[in-house]
Amino acid sequence: MTWIAQNLWLIPVLPLAAAGVIAVNKQRQRKLAATLSIGSMVMAFLLSLFAFSATLLHHGDNAVFREVAGFNWFQFGGQWLHLDWVLDPLTAVMLVMVSFVSLLIFIFSVGYMAHDENFMRFFCFMSLFAATMLGVVIANSLLLFFVCWEIVGLTSYLLIGFWYHKPSAAAAAKKAFITTRIGDLGLLLGMVWLYAETGTLNFYANGHGCLESSALMVMDTHVTVAGMAVITAIGLLIFLGAVGKSGQLPLHVWLPDAMEGPTPVSALIHAATMVAAGVFLVARVYPLMDWGGKTDADMVFMHSSTPIQVITWVGAITAIFAASIAVAQTDIKRILAYSTVSQLGYMMLGLGVGGVAVGMFHLITHAFFKALLFLGSGSVIHGCHEEQDIRKMGGLKKFMPVTFATYAIGMLALSGFPLFFSGFWSKDEILQSAHRWPMSPIPFYLGCAGALLTAFYMTRQVALVFFGDYRSSGRQSAHSSPKNDEHEKSAPTHVGGYEGKGEPHESPAVMTVPLVILAVFAILLGFIGTPAWPWFDGFLKGEPAQFNFSKLTENGTLGLMLASAVIVFTGLGLGWWLYGKRQRQTVEEPDVLQVAQPALFRLLENKYFVDEFYEATVIRFNAWAARACDFLDRWIWGGAVLLVTWVTLGLSRLYRFTDEFVVDLGFDAGCETLRESGGEMSKWHSGRVQTYLRIIGVALVVLVLFLIWGRKS
Amino acid sequence: MTPLQGCLLVSALLFAIGLAGAVTRRNAILALVGIELMLNAANLNFIAFWRYGPNPEALSGMMVVIFSIAIAAAEAAAGLALIIAIYRHYGTVNLDEINKLKG
Repeated sequence: MTWIAQNLWLIPVLPLAAAGVIAVNKQRQRKLAATLSIGSMVMAFLLSLFAFSATLLHHGDNAVFREVAGFNWFQFGGQWLHLDWVLDPLTAVMLVMVSFVSLLIFIFSVGYMAHDENFMRFFCFMSLFAATMLGVVIANSLLLFFVCWEIVGLTSYLLIGFWYHKPSAAAAAKKAFITTRIGDLGLLLGMVWLYAETGTLNFYANGHGCLESSALMVMDTHVTVAGMAVITAIGLLIFLGAVGKSGQLPLHVWLPDAMEGPTPVSALIHAATMVAAGVFLVARVYPLMDWGGKTDADMVFMHSSTPIQVITWVGAITAIFAASIAVAQTDIKRILAYSTVSQLGYMMLGLGVGGVAVGMFHLITHAFFKALLFLGSGSVIHGCHEEQDIRKMGGLKKFMPVTFATYAIGMLALSGFPLFFSGFWSKDEILQSAHRWPMSPIPFYLGCAGALLTAFYMTRQVALVFFGDYRSSGRQSAHSSPKNDEHEKSAPTHVGGYEGKGEPHESPAVMTVPLVILAVFAILLGFIGTPAWPWFDGFLKGEPAQFNFSKLTENGTLGLMLASAVIVFTGLGLGWWLYGKRQRQTVEEPDVLQVAQPALFRLLENKYFVDEFYEATVIRFNAWAARACDFLDRWIWGGAVLLVTWVTLGLSRLYRFTDEFVVDLGFDAGCETLRESGGEMSKWHSGRVQTYLRIIGVALVVLVLFLIWGRKS
Repeated sequence: MTPLQGCLLVSALLFAIGLAGAVTRRNAILALVGIELMLNAANLNFIAFWRYGPNPEALSGMMVVIFSIAIAAAEAAAGLALIIAIYRHYGTVNLDEINKLKG
C-alpha cells in the first residue's frame, strides 16, 4: 500500500478545511479567502500529481493498478458500514484534471470577482465544491460517492443562485436543484437496490466489492419485472442519476439556465467538472453497466448490454439535439452551455460505444477546452461591461488580443480542428468507436451531424464576437436591457471606474494567464490518446501503450479521420460563409438563418419548446396534483381532524360537568361536614382547666351514684 | 354512727369543699388551696381506715399519710412558684385569662 493511497483523503479534506475557515471568518477578508482557497487547491493539486505519479509507476504491469483504503463509519446490526477511497488510473486522471482546472479557475475568479461584495462567500462555496468534487472522484463506496455527489449538487445550487437578488438566478438555481433531484432519486434507488442485492456498496474490496465479478454474477442471475436482470435495472437507475447531473436528454433543461451564476462557476461546475461527474459515474460503475454483454452467448460483442445501449442512444440524441439548439442562441454563455450539453452527450456516446477510455478521454480534453472557452467568455463579458448578447459585440479581436487568441484555440479544439487540437483526437476516438459499434450505425451518423453543427455554431459565435465592428459602442447606456441594469448594480465598480464608456478592454493578467495555460493544455492533451499512440486507453486499462504509426492507416482509421476532418471543415466554412464574410451591421438585424428558415430558426431559438412542453405537462400536472393534495389536506384530512377535535371537545365538556357537579360537590359536602364537626368538637376543648375539673367532678358523682344504684339492684 | 363513718363524712365534706373551691375559684391561689383541701380529705380517709381498720398496730397508714403530706408540701411549693412566675409574666393570676395554650 503506497503512502498516497493511504492518505488520499487529504486531497478533498484540504479544500474542505479552507471552506470551513473562510465560512467562519468575517466578511471583507478577501486576501485571506483567496489565499486559503488557492493555497489549499495548490496543495490538493500537488498531492493529486503525487497520486498520479504513483499510478504511473505501476503503469505497464498488465493489470489495473488499484489500491483501496478506508475506515469504518458506523455499525448497524451486525455490519460495519465501510467508507473507502480508491486510487486507480481513473481516479488519478480525474484528480489531476479537477484540481488543476479548479486551481486555474480560482485564480481567474480573483480577477473576475474582485469587485463583488460577497467575495468571501464565493470562495467558500467554490472551495466546498472543489472538496466534494474531489470526494466524488476518490470515492470507492457508492455511499461516499452519493454523499459527495449531493453536496456537489448543493454547491451548484448555491453558486447558480449566487446573485440571488436576481429573480432569474434564484429560479435557475431552483430549477437546477429540482431537476437533478429527479435523477438523483434514480441513483438513490439504484444504490439501495444494489445494497439489497450484494450487501456492500464498496466498488472494489478484494473480490467482495459490488463491481467485482462475484457480486455482478449474483445480480445477473436474479430476475425482476419483465424478465429483466436485476443488474440491468440497477444500471439503468444509476444511469438516471448521471442523466440528471450531466444534463442529458430529457433532464438537460437546467444546465443552460445555470448560466445565471458567475462565469467562473459556469466554467468550473457547469462545464468542466460537476456535469462531468455523471459521465464519471458511468465510467466508475462501467463493469456493472457492461456486464450483460459479456455473458450472453449470442452476444459476443462488447458494449451491447441494455444499459450500455440506453447510454449510447441517450448520448447520441443529446449530442445532436443540444448542438442544433446552440445554433440559434444569442447569449454567449448559453451557446457554450448547449455546447456543453452536446459534448456531454458525446461523452456518453463514447462510453457506450467505446468503453471507459473513450468517454473519459473526451471528458478530460473537454474539461480543459470548455473551461478555457467559459473563462474566455467571462473575460469577454467582463471586458464588455457585463454584456452577454453576442449581437451587441463584434470586433473584439482588436480590443482583447489575448482573450481572442486563447478563445480561438478553445473554439478550434471544441470544433475538432484536425491534428493539432485535443478535441479532434478525442472526438475522433468516439466517432471511430461509434463506427465500429455493432448494434446500430445511427449513433455514428448522429455523432457526425453533431460534429458538423458544433463547428458551425462555434464559428458563428466567434465570428459575431471577435470579428467585424463593435456594434454597441457608445450606446451602452441607451440599449442596456433591464436585466443588464440589474446586473451592473450588483457590481457597480465594473462600470463606474471606467472611462470611455462602451469601449471593451482587455482583462487583467490574473484572468488572462489561466486562459493561456488552459489553451496550452487544450492543444497538448490530444496527443496522449491518438490512434497511433493510445497511451490514455492503455493507462486506464493497465496495459503498456506502444507507439505504432501503422495503426493510423489500418481498419479505415485514416479514412474516418479524413471524413471527420471534412465534416469539421464544412462546418467551419459554412459558419464563416454565413456569419464571417458579411458581418451583421446592427444589433437588431435578423439572423441569416432566420431569414432563410424562419420556422426552423424559431424552433431552435426556443430550444424545441422543451421548457414550454414541461411547463404544459409536468409542471401543470404538478400544480394540479398540488391543488388536489391541498384539497385533500384542507377538506378530507382537515375535516377528519376537526371531527376528532369536536368529539374530544364534547367529551371533555361532559367530563367537566360530571367532575364539577357530581364528584366535586360530594367531596365538598364531605369536607364541609368534617370541618363543621371538627369545629363542634373543638368547643369542648376550651383550655379552661377548671371546666375540665368540673366535668370530672360531675362525672365522678354520676359514677358513684351509678355504682351505688347498681349495687342496690 | 360509727367513728369511721363520722370520719368518712368529714373527709367527704372536706373533699366536696375542696372540689368546689378548685372548680369555682378564678384565683389560681385559691384553686390551689382547694386542691390542697381535697388532698387532705384523702389523707384523712387514709388515717381513718388505718385507725379503724383490722390492723391498727402496723404503722403503714400513717406512713403513707406522712409521705403524702411531704409530697403535698413539695407540690404546693412548686405550684406557688409557678403561680408567681405566671403572675410576673401576665400580671394576673386569673385562671380565665391564662389561656395562651388554647388553640
